Amino acid sequence: MSILSLRNVTKRFGGLVAVNDFGFEVEEHMVLGLIGPNGSGKSTTLNLISGALPLTDGQIMLEGRPISGLPPQDIARLGVARTFQLVRLLPSMTVLENVIAGAVFGHRRRWGPEARAKAEAMLDKVGLSGKGGLRVGQLTYIDTKRVELARVLAGDPKVLLLDEWLAGLNPTELQTGIRLIRALRDEGRTIILVEHVMDAIRSLSDRCVVMASGARIAEGTPKEVLEHPDVIRAYLGDDDA
Amino acid sequence: MMSTTDIRTIAIAAVAIGVCALLPLVDQGYWLSIGVSIAMFTVLATSWALFSGPTHYISLATAAFFGIGTYVTGSFYESVSFWLLLPAAAIVGGLLAGIVGLATLRLSGVYFVIFTLGLAELVRQVITWAQNMTGHRGTYVLLDFGSRSVEEVIYWTLLGLAAIVYLAGWLIGRSRLGFALRIIGDDEEVARHSGINTARAKVLLFMVPGAVAAATGAALAPRYVYIEPALAFTPLLSFQVVIMALLGGAGRLWGPLVGVIPFTLLWEVISATFPNQTTLLLGAAFLVIVYVLPRGFVGLLERARARAGGGA
Repeated sequence: MSILSLRNVTKRFGGLVAVNDFGFEVEEHMVLGLIGPNGSGKSTTLNLISGALPLTDGQIMLEGRPISGLPPQDIARLGVARTFQLVRLLPSMTVLENVIAGAVFGHRRRWGPEARAKAEAMLDKVGLSGKGGLRVGQLTYIDTKRVELARVLAGDPKVLLLDEWLAGLNPTELQTGIRLIRALRDEGRTIILVEHVMDAIRSLSDRCVVMASGARIAEGTPKEVLEHPDVIRAYLGDDDA
Repeated sequence: MMSTTDIRTIAIAAVAIGVCALLPLVDQGYWLSIGVSIAMFTVLATSWALFSGPTHYISLATAAFFGIGTYVTGSFYESVSFWLLLPAAAIVGGLLAGIVGLATLRLSGVYFVIFTLGLAELVRQVITWAQNMTGHRGTYVLLDFGSRSVEEVIYWTLLGLAAIVYLAGWLIGRSRLGFALRIIGDDEEVARHSGINTARAKVLLFMVPGAVAAATGAALAPRYVYIEPALAFTPLLSFQVVIMALLGGAGRLWGPLVGVIPFTLLWEVISATFPNQTTLLLGAAFLVIVYVLPRGFVGLLERARARAGGGA
């Protein structure tokens, strides 16, 4: 059974149709790559799943239960957690407190020493052991991304939404980042990956959905979709197809 | 679970309040009246900072809740015991704050500030209208506490309220609600996506200063003897509370106290010597906060301590 499914999802901003009768299914333990050119509606789709934006039409289900229409906090509590395209941390708090926030209020809720232990374990997992006492302003760019990932993981979500988590990293950091997400995948987590980095899509995702102008133009394994003529046309234009 | 530092903090706070409670035995005149002012502003500014400190929502509604509290006492002191009126006022104030919170906490920034300022005016106009309908101008509050003077009873009541506010603030600071409010203050979007019901958290905590300000108003009503809307709902009170809390520092539980003491003393001196220049002090203090002390005296102390620690 699919854990998350989008059916006939549509989002209009006034006259602009950002997502048009779009849908896909995500199985448990699967990494789904959501790709497409800029402005194709990937981030909007993620915002619809997390509840940041209301749907115009269609339905989103988590384990067969409709979640579209719920506010973001309820969706987070039911087990869908996300990172943001532009990293969002809690500036007045330490690294550890940032991650505790996820452990205290996420899908699986903890408090006190238990939340702290969970947060420390998540910092270890993302490679920030011993940095819990730092202020977020003291971190390098990739470390801020790690903190956000640790915060999201700390709530034990059922589905993880990563919005261009690898964007903006330098080549060395990118390899580290890909290894980190592969480790999450090997743990059997269910992940939706919105990404521009094709290497990452190729090596990390089990299935790929390609969007263009708010609609699905291809779906399949990364190899299949990246060779699909419609996909090449969407990215490069007609002459190269 | 309490650590030894927690027990020490509570013990120090209890002793400090105990020492303050001796003031009426030393002086029944000028210093007791200053003590009442300081205790009143400590209660109001500290409870104000419980909500506005972490969320950065500047509320100017203190006078609305305070005024309602004075009218609870003014309307019912002849038939109900003074000691029952305090919790009753707190309930009325808390409920009103809850309703106001539900309606306005979705507003952000300046809209919230303006609405809370307007709220005091709205309640004042409603009460003025109601009194005109019944042919009253104001209400007498004539309470007698036997062998104890009104002033010292009010003082002790306010100290008790201060103890409750500090205890509540300390408990909230260690609770999930307090943690949620800090997250909301940092980034409301992150808070929502982390699973926090931000609207509920904000409304719940906004009820605390509402309840406390109403109880404070109820406690102070006997001091005024004659209450009328213009006095009970004076917007000046709201501004004083905000300035004192920010001057001390709204980020720490003890911060507002550090602002209340010097400000109240200075206010007394200025209103005694230059009675028309008190608003000048309010304005000057506001400029100092904006340009020199954005995090209040607390921020200044913490910076000095960090520098001393870094140099050692």
